[in-house]
Amino acid sequence: MKIFRTFFRSLRDALKSVIRNFSLSLASISCITITLVIITCSIVLSKNVANFTQEIEKDVTIVAFLNSDVTDEEREDFELSLKRMDNYESFEYQSKAEVKKEMEEENETFSAILKEWDDEENPLKDTYTIKVIDVDKIGETAKEIEKLDGVSSVQYGEGLVEQLVGAFDIVKKVTIIAAVALILVTIFLIINTIKLTIFSRKREISIMRLVGASNSRIKLPFVIEGIILGIIGSVIPILITIYGYTLLYNQLHGYVFSPVISLVKPMPFAFYVSLIILLIGMIVGMIGSSRAVRKYIKV
Amino acid sequence: MEIIKINKVNKTYPNGVCAIHDLSLNIKKGEFVFIIGGSGSGKSTLIKMLYREEKPSSGEITLGGVNVSKLRNYNVYKLRRKIGVVFQDYKLLPKLTVYENVAFALEVTGVESRKIRSRVIEVLEQVGLKDKIKTYPDKLSGGEQQRVAIARAIVNNPKILICDEPTGNLDPVISMEIMDILEKINKESGTTILMVTHDIEIVNKMKKRVLVLKEGRLVKDYKEGTYRDEDI
Repeated sequence: MKIFRTFFRSLRDALKSVIRNFSLSLASISCITITLVIITCSIVLSKNVANFTQEIEKDVTIVAFLNSDVTDEEREDFELSLKRMDNYESFEYQSKAEVKKEMEEENETFSAILKEWDDEENPLKDTYTIKVIDVDKIGETAKEIEKLDGVSSVQYGEGLVEQLVGAFDIVKKVTIIAAVALILVTIFLIINTIKLTIFSRKREISIMRLVGASNSRIKLPFVIEGIILGIIGSVIPILITIYGYTLLYNQLHGYVFSPVISLVKPMPFAFYVSLIILLIGMIVGMIGSSRAVRKYIKV
Repeated sequence: MEIIKINKVNKTYPNGVCAIHDLSLNIKKGEFVFIIGGSGSGKSTLIKMLYREEKPSSGEITLGGVNVSKLRNYNVYKLRRKIGVVFQDYKLLPKLTVYENVAFALEVTGVESRKIRSRVIEVLEQVGLKDKIKTYPDKLSGGEQQRVAIARAIVNNPKILICDEPTGNLDPVISMEIMDILEKINKESGTTILMVTHDIEIVNKMKKRVLVLKEGRLVKDYKEGTYRDEDI
């Protein structure tokens, strides 16, 4: 009972203090708001970069052509050894007849030429489109496939894929590092702002000690106050995330420049980001104020 | 029935200043004691050690059975709840109303709200401020602020009330009003009161025990003393 009473009194004191020291509270709140907006932007950006690089990587495939005279048995062997590979994810098989049909549909000139051959004479080859788990190792995997029996040739956009993957990797790492650095800087900034506002209440803390408040009883209202400031400070960033991002997504029809660079769908992504922002706000506010008070209470 | 026992206490500050020299002294329950002395006589240091803002370098101080010199920092609040302290500069919480300031000292002890309300009203009535409970400290006169501070100091029913020049900022008429309140507390509740002052008139009028400190030593101890200039 006594614990609850202490908690509710601390909560009431914290609310009182937020309201009665409103100009100081506003300083902390606006600092938290501005920095959380920046954090929101960097989280949204890095998640989107990660998302579309992943999407593009998914589309990178190896195409393997089998020898023209391959038998069904040899084909089955090929499929089996393909499935045994570490980096194998899935494949799609097209027989040479299917390839021919597809090409005929694609282009009239092709269609005219290809009609010259019947199915027995078809010069095209059985084709496997193979997806890999790790795009970074696509070169090695392609070489392995080439060595298998019955394989005529392998293609995977040599050079270009590696470059693309490398570039995406750098972009991803840079955005994540930027987001983390921003978060750390803001935490530091918020802690210092709260410290300054609490410094002006040093006397208040010493009076609390004089009238018999224990260290935890002094600390609790300040910690709760920090959490409240964090929650208030994260309101605007959360609104920006939920409404702003949805608006942006709808305005751009879900992609930037071309449908290849697609954006993350606003729901439930915006909610997760909001939750993260709220948590960062609360934790930072809490750490800031408890560290600031600790300086002024004798332990 | 000694409530305060000071036994061979020495206090040297880290900067080498020796504020108290081998001080021994007993104060009985219910006594009203003035502590006087010039600046640098050690009177502030003495009472700071009583409410454990400072620790003695050697010797022992016992308040109502609690050995203050051995008290750990994180346990100081337990002592502070048993004594009341009044200062020259009132030390009220500026963002709290009169009522909240007095109630705060009870709230931190975890008492039920219902009991707090009646007790706070009671002490505010005692100091004559019942009609100002919703006022903030900066809207009160010095005398009124000091009365709030006294109300806060006695709200816990402390056995000992320590006053550090409580009339230092007040004019003579208001000072006597404060002294009347303190004397009433001393007589009606049997609270032991220690008061540091250098107001000659007050000491002479009250005719209480007077301790005179000089250069950290107790030089005079008058039973129903009056203050004489040559003592300092």
